[in-house]
Formats: sequence, C-alpha cells, structure tokens
Amino acid sequence: MRDVVVIGAGMTKFGELWEKSIKDIFVEAALKAIDDAGVDHIDSMYVGAMSSGLFVGQEHLGAVMADYLGVTPIPATRVESACASGGASFRQAYLEVASGASEIVLAGGVEKMTDGADVTEALATAADQEYEVYQGITFPGLYAMIARAHMERYGTTREQLAAVAVKNHRNGAKNPNAQFRSEVTAEQVMKSTMVADPLRLLDCSPVSDGAAAVIVASMEVAKKLKKNPIRVIASSQASDTIALHSRRDITTLDSVVRAAQKAYKLADKKPSDINLVEVHDCFTIAEITATEDLGFFEKGTGGEAAEKGWTSIECKRIPVNTSGGLKSKGHPVGATGVAQIIELYEQLNGKAGARQVEGARIGMAQNMGGSGASCVIHILEAI
Amino acid sequence: MITARYHREIPQRYRLEAAKCSSCGHVSFPPRLVCPQCKARKFEAVNLSDEGTIVTFTVVRVASDKFSKETPFGVGIVELNDGVRVTAQIADVHPDELKVGQKVKLVFRRVQEDGKAGILCYGYKAVLA
Repeated sequence: MRDVVVIGAGMTKFGELWEKSIKDIFVEAALKAIDDAGVDHIDSMYVGAMSSGLFVGQEHLGAVMADYLGVTPIPATRVESACASGGASFRQAYLEVASGASEIVLAGGVEKMTDGADVTEALATAADQEYEVYQGITFPGLYAMIARAHMERYGTTREQLAAVAVKNHRNGAKNPNAQFRSEVTAEQVMKSTMVADPLRLLDCSPVSDGAAAVIVASMEVAKKLKKNPIRVIASSQASDTIALHSRRDITTLDSVVRAAQKAYKLADKKPSDINLVEVHDCFTIAEITATEDLGFFEKGTGGEAAEKGWTSIECKRIPVNTSGGLKSKGHPVGATGVAQIIELYEQLNGKAGARQVEGARIGMAQNMGGSGASCVIHILEAI
Repeated sequence: MITARYHREIPQRYRLEAAKCSSCGHVSFPPRLVCPQCKARKFEAVNLSDEGTIVTFTVVRVASDKFSKETPFGVGIVELNDGVRVTAQIADVHPDELKVGQKVKLVFRRVQEDGKAGILCYGYKAVLA
C-alpha cells in the first residue's frame, strides 16, 4: 500500500456546547480541517459516532454531515465501534487512500451527549446487553471491576489511580480545546463522589459534546500543496469478547496487546521509539492498563509509573495524554479517536504550545471501545 | 422490553442452560453457534453450577435510570465451580462487606422492571454462600 499522510486538522472545543447542534459542531470541525489542509475538495468522508441515535435520535450521519458540509454527492459513511468509532473512522480513511481508491479523504468524529439522553444507559450499549447490562452494570462499573482486579493482583493503589487524573488535568489545563482547563489535586480526586467503587467522579472522563476532523491524503497530494505532512506509519485494529467476564485475564486488555503488536510490526518500531502516546483513559485505570498493554511498562507496574511521574511531559520517558486525555480534554465518544490523532498532528508539527514534547517525531494513538472489545491503534511520524 | 426478546433468554436466566462443545469441551454461556475455542459447531446442552466465587466486584452508586432507585448495589464477576464466569448482582449483603474470593450461590430473583406497564424481568443474582 502507498504512503498516507495527514495534511490538516480541526476540532471544536470539547464541553457542554448547548448552543450548538450535532450538525453545527461536526461542520465546524470539518471546515477547520479542510481550511487547515488548504484543499479545494474531498473525495469522500467518514463520520465516527457511537450512538447518535440514542443521544439525539439521528442516524444516517454520513449523509446528514455531507449535506450540511455542502459536499454531496461524495460518498459519506458513518463508522461505529463504540468509543473507538473515531479511531475506526480515521482507519477507514487511511485504508481508502492507502489502497489508491481516493486521494483526499476527511476522517471525522462527533458526539452530542448533553441533549438529554440517559447517558449511562446509552454508553452501556457498548457492553453485552443481555448478560452484563441486564444486571444493572454501568461502564464505570465495568472499569471499576478491572481496577479492583488490578489492585488485588498487582497492589495498585488508590493514590496511583489519582495520579493519572492529576497529570491529565495538568496537561489539559494547557489545552485551549479541553473541557476542563483546571488542575486537580490527588486529595480532590480521592474525596470526589464515589461512582462505582473504587472509581470516583474524578477517575471518570466527563460527558461531552464535540467534534474533530482530519484530512488524510496521498503523499502526491501533500507535495503539491507544499504542506508539512505527518505520515501514518501504522494502522491496526483488534477485537475481543464483548463481555468483560469472558476475558482470559480481566486486568489485561488483549485487544490492546494484539493491536499494539501489529502496529509496532507495521511501523518497524518498538515502545522505546515512541516519543508520546495518546491513550484511551476513559477511566484512570484504563490509562494504567493501556500503558502496560502497549508495552511501555511491565504488566502490573503502570500504577507505579503514573505515581512516579514517568508519564508526564517533563519526564520524557513516555509522555502520556499530553492533550489532557479523555479525562480533562473531554470524551465526546465518537470524536475522541480523531482528537487523539489531532494531538499527535500538532505535537509532531511542533505546534502544541505549552504542551509541546520537545523534539517529538513519533507518536501513537490508542482508541478503545467498550470494556476493551475494540481497539484501534495508529502510529504517526514527522517527515 | 418486548416479551419475545425476554422470552428467548429464559433458559439461560432461569436455569443457567449452557452449551458444551462436542469437540473440545469448552462451555459457552450463553450458548453460541460457534465454539470460541476450537470453532466447532456442535454442542450438547449442560446446566451450569450455581455455586462459585467472586473474582472482582464493584458497588454501583450511579446507575442508568432503570436501576437508579436500587443504588447502591453490588455487581460482580462470579466464577462458577465449573469455570464459567458470569456478571451478576450480589444481593442480600451490605456492599461494604463484599470481598474478592467470597463464596456465592446464584439464586432466582427479580432483576428489573420494564417500566410501570411492562413485564417483570427475572434471572439470577448472587448471594453469599
């Protein structure tokens, strides 16, 4: 397959965007991406969205957004892989350009979560309805069960979970698009309202509105536009059992392990080659398991790594979630995977401002769906 | 919940009916058409053990609207004595008393209500053995 690059990016601020509709925010992000890339057309587009039907009662988002973006009659398809919908959308755009079928493709993601739906119930549709959700379990509850198992087996502590939230809020405070631009203390995290023991409110990513889009193109197009393209050097995806209780090991997300192995092989890189990583920290425990399952830290030591600051921007060992992550930047589920790519695009172009990882050349994004039943990983490299 | 959807899960929820792969012996709950272990497609019906151990658990304090009146309630992953794992509410115990490794038994209980006019939905919950 041929080289594929990202040549433009745009996103809305993440947060409670009550004045704007799902169409408004998607088109805003898409126009920013198109303008940033400087392209006069797109050949096709993908819209990552987890559950627009439940959140706002609107399906068929491919056509909806193509219409309101004013790009009909190009092909436009909605992509869904629960909270990994954005990553899956980007992967479809990547594959379409890599195959030679298209030259310029828009990969977008969107979610409008504050329009009044029962968010807990809508998000729970990413788990097994008949054998998990039927019993009343929620997504915080599923990750709480992962957290408890991790604490029992590896001695991971409450303080270590809190360290993830503290670091991500510190990074998010420097991100103008973040939902929460405020720092929190470990004490605040550990005294926040209990949601699902042992996870508290400040262990959880928020309910958010937001959209993100990038322009994916062939190298030939990038050269003509004289842009600073960022090359996609790996795109991988893996699946696992839908129910958490059916997993080989509750503390390891095998879909992450498998997708990471494939990504490292495709890119011919190893964990120590990665300069920064955006991981899917829907809950603090998820960042801890992700940094282990991606190979940055030995299994069972992700909590210690967070507590010792090895994942901070300053430490440089492996800066994790420089954007603020889902925790602080916000988590409009369908947009998240694309927003992760945008953080890499900005970092690898040296335009991440106060969050910049100096000299960053290679970045990874890990986007996850459900309690780990889907995982999409991309590795990007500055040229 | 439409009654047809509820009805077809009754053998599993009321009687813990599972499917044992005729080729490799792996037990699937609920039954499947393809064995996740060896990919064979022939099974024999078996009933799961109703006794097991709590592998991990949580206490749900913020629930979906349907379960919001019942908070806080315990939910755990229970490994039954035949090795199959299920997710189940853990009833009849104060959530603060739950621990990993506790022995439990699955019992028949009302699990949820389908609004004011809908059907009552039953199934298994775990109680301390």
